Amino acid sequence: MSGAVPWNEARAQEIIDAHLGLEGPALPILHAIQEEFGYVPEAVVPQLAQSLNISRAEMHGVVTFYHDFRHAPAGRHVLKLCRAESCQSMGSEKIAKDFLERIKLEWGGTANDGSLTVEAIYCLGLCAHSPGALYDGEPIGRVDAEILDELASEAQKS
Amino acid sequence: MTKVYVPRDMAALAVGAKRVLAAIEKEAAARGETIQIIRNGSRGLLWLEPLVEVETPEGRIGYGNVKPSDVPSLFDAGFLKGGAHPLSIGKVEDHPYWAKQTRVTFERVGIIDPVNLDDYVAHGGGQGLAKAFEIGPAKVIEEVTKSGLRGRGGAGFPAGIKWKTVADAPADRRYVVTNADEGDSGTFADRMVMEGDPFVLIEGMTICGYAIGASKGFIYLRAEYPQCAEVLTEALEAARKGGWLGPNVRGSGFAFDIELRIGAGAYVCGEETSLLESLEGHRGIVRAKPPLPAHVGFMGRPTVVNNVLTLATAPAILAKGGEYYASFGVGRSRGTMPLQIAGNVKFGGLYETPFGLTLGEIVNDIGGGTLSGRPVRAVQCGGPLGAYVPPSLFDTPFDYEAFQKHDSLIGHGGLVVFDDTVDMAQMARFGMEFCAIESCGKCTPCRIGSTRGVETIDKIVEGVDVEANIELLSDLCNTMKFGSLCALGGFAPYPVESALRHYPEDFRKATLPAAAE
Ligand SMILES: Cc1cc2nc3c(=O)[nH]c(=O)nc-3n(C[C@H](O)[C@H](O)[C@H](O)COP(=O)(O)O)c2cc1C
Ligand code: SF4
Ligand code: FES
Repeated sequence: MSGAVPWNEARAQEIIDAHLGLEGPALPILHAIQEEFGYVPEAVVPQLAQSLNISRAEMHGVVTFYHDFRHAPAGRHVLKLCRAESCQSMGSEKIAKDFLERIKLEWGGTANDGSLTVEAIYCLGLCAHSPGALYDGEPIGRVDAEILDELASEAQKS
Repeated sequence: MTKVYVPRDMAALAVGAKRVLAAIEKEAAARGETIQIIRNGSRGLLWLEPLVEVETPEGRIGYGNVKPSDVPSLFDAGFLKGGAHPLSIGKVEDHPYWAKQTRVTFERVGIIDPVNLDDYVAHGGGQGLAKAFEIGPAKVIEEVTKSGLRGRGGAGFPAGIKWKTVADAPADRRYVVTNADEGDSGTFADRMVMEGDPFVLIEGMTICGYAIGASKGFIYLRAEYPQCAEVLTEALEAARKGGWLGPNVRGSGFAFDIELRIGAGAYVCGEETSLLESLEGHRGIVRAKPPLPAHVGFMGRPTVVNNVLTLATAPAILAKGGEYYASFGVGRSRGTMPLQIAGNVKFGGLYETPFGLTLGEIVNDIGGGTLSGRPVRAVQCGGPLGAYVPPSLFDTPFDYEAFQKHDSLIGHGGLVVFDDTVDMAQMARFGMEFCAIESCGKCTPCRIGSTRGVETIDKIVEGVDVEANIELLSDLCNTMKFGSLCALGGFAPYPVESALRHYPEDFRKATLPAAAE
């Protein structure tokens, strides 16, 4: 998402050091790194491994285990569409499929102009207003084609 | 000054509460009206969100499904005095969906300002903790045991016994961990408590910490709930400032603090040992049990891991007594359950009620049937690992044991309604696919079996060796059930088997027309 700064090893170390007093600091650090740079760069793995006193392989294992940590920057905006059962009961699969076809993207893909990344997510706790979505972290209920098209064109403009 | 309530609950925000708030503020300013806006949680009448409430001498008057464009007409109608308007639902407390509930855990949710400690206390908050300090740790555990409260995260393990096990385990440190990973589709009760009454969770964790001798607690919150994280952060800050957390909780001499941790999108991290691994900073690989987390938990120390609802119910149990709570419910399912009615349903929302209503009453009478207006065909109970239940079993009472009898589970209390357009073979396929996506990878039946399951269902749907492949699928389900370490691989077969059992025709569509010729 917009606002991310370019990779900077010294800044990463600052972030790591600020969390070292926590019990089990790895996830808070990875979240903070992703918040700062927009993704978790490969370069941070050895740095983190050293600071946390674990092997690179183990650190790599942690980063790759969790769905939320990105290995590359996302588009300027991120749309997460729920694909879990409750949203399926309200037709989310077809709505999403048609939308992805219209904007020529696959799940997890980013538009060529870098405006939008569309990702799958499994339940947002909006199941009484299915289908649910998160657009740049803002919740949206009762998602339909019109709402999605509006978001896609809004994403292009900003 | 007139109090106007506009919820900050994520579901209300998802249908425009923020825009409605802006419209109300703008209109009030333009008309020179001074109002006090309170950002409450949701009452749980979710289909009415955004539900704006106005305090009047007669009580709180509600206006449902408010859009920004409705706001001028609300002012014209004198809604600040509770004036009549097509969107008015009258006194919210008189609405049948509200009036018929038994609110214990959700006593204050939707009513108070969630981050205001004075409001919390004015509505009975803090009494449970005061009682706990008065009677001492051993009696606290006794009360919780007497209440019959079972873990609300899914497994239904008695909370009092878990607390006692941790209290009795010799250790230099102990921990309380709130499982706020709430990953099941169709569930949002944890989120609603945390957004609508976060202090009750803080109080419940403090009571637990006091009872078991822990001075540190964690809330492991799923990353999909950013708004909830904001409310919790504000509430924890307010609790520290107000002396409800810290070195001397409410002047008792007891020291306790809570740290909020955010997950990273792994469903399996809701499993308690995976959660602990994640909290320690590892991959969320499930640990073999024993040892139980109650003996060897976070950082190797005895740890209570409880669901949000379990801990958030402790204050009411202490304040009103274990017997009061146990007086609700049926059989071994004591107390109340916050039902979450979701999916293709007319009146979706949160409904707290004693155990024992039938599934049909919940879906048809309370939920009002499907939103599409078509017949109900299936209800998935208990999340992605729960069975699909057909209307022919709608007389099943909602309690742990009655559901188990039908190879289903109540889990975290989520109910997802499907109409007759649902393709149950596709839902079964999704069950396997979800297991494959979310498997922690430790056991072969779960990691590989789920992928084979998807492939096998694809073949069945295409009409390839249908009966043989259905048998293969059943075998596979058995292997997963008995060869998996945790309930992800172990219960993923339940939705699949229930679909096969109750909706056999959906798996034979490819062959049926041929047979009819
Ligand atoms: C795959 C899987 C996911 C789970 N997800 C959750 C969850 O999101 N929230 C929860 O409270 N319990 C979840 N559980 C159950 C926990 O393992 C554990 O039983 C619970 O946290 C204990 O708390 P309770 O006794 O208060 O229910 C999950 C279990 C499994 C196997
Ligand atoms: S059943 Fe699946 S999720 Fe559970 S421990 Fe085994 S591989 Fe991991
Ligand atoms: S299943 Fe989509 S929001 Fe819950």
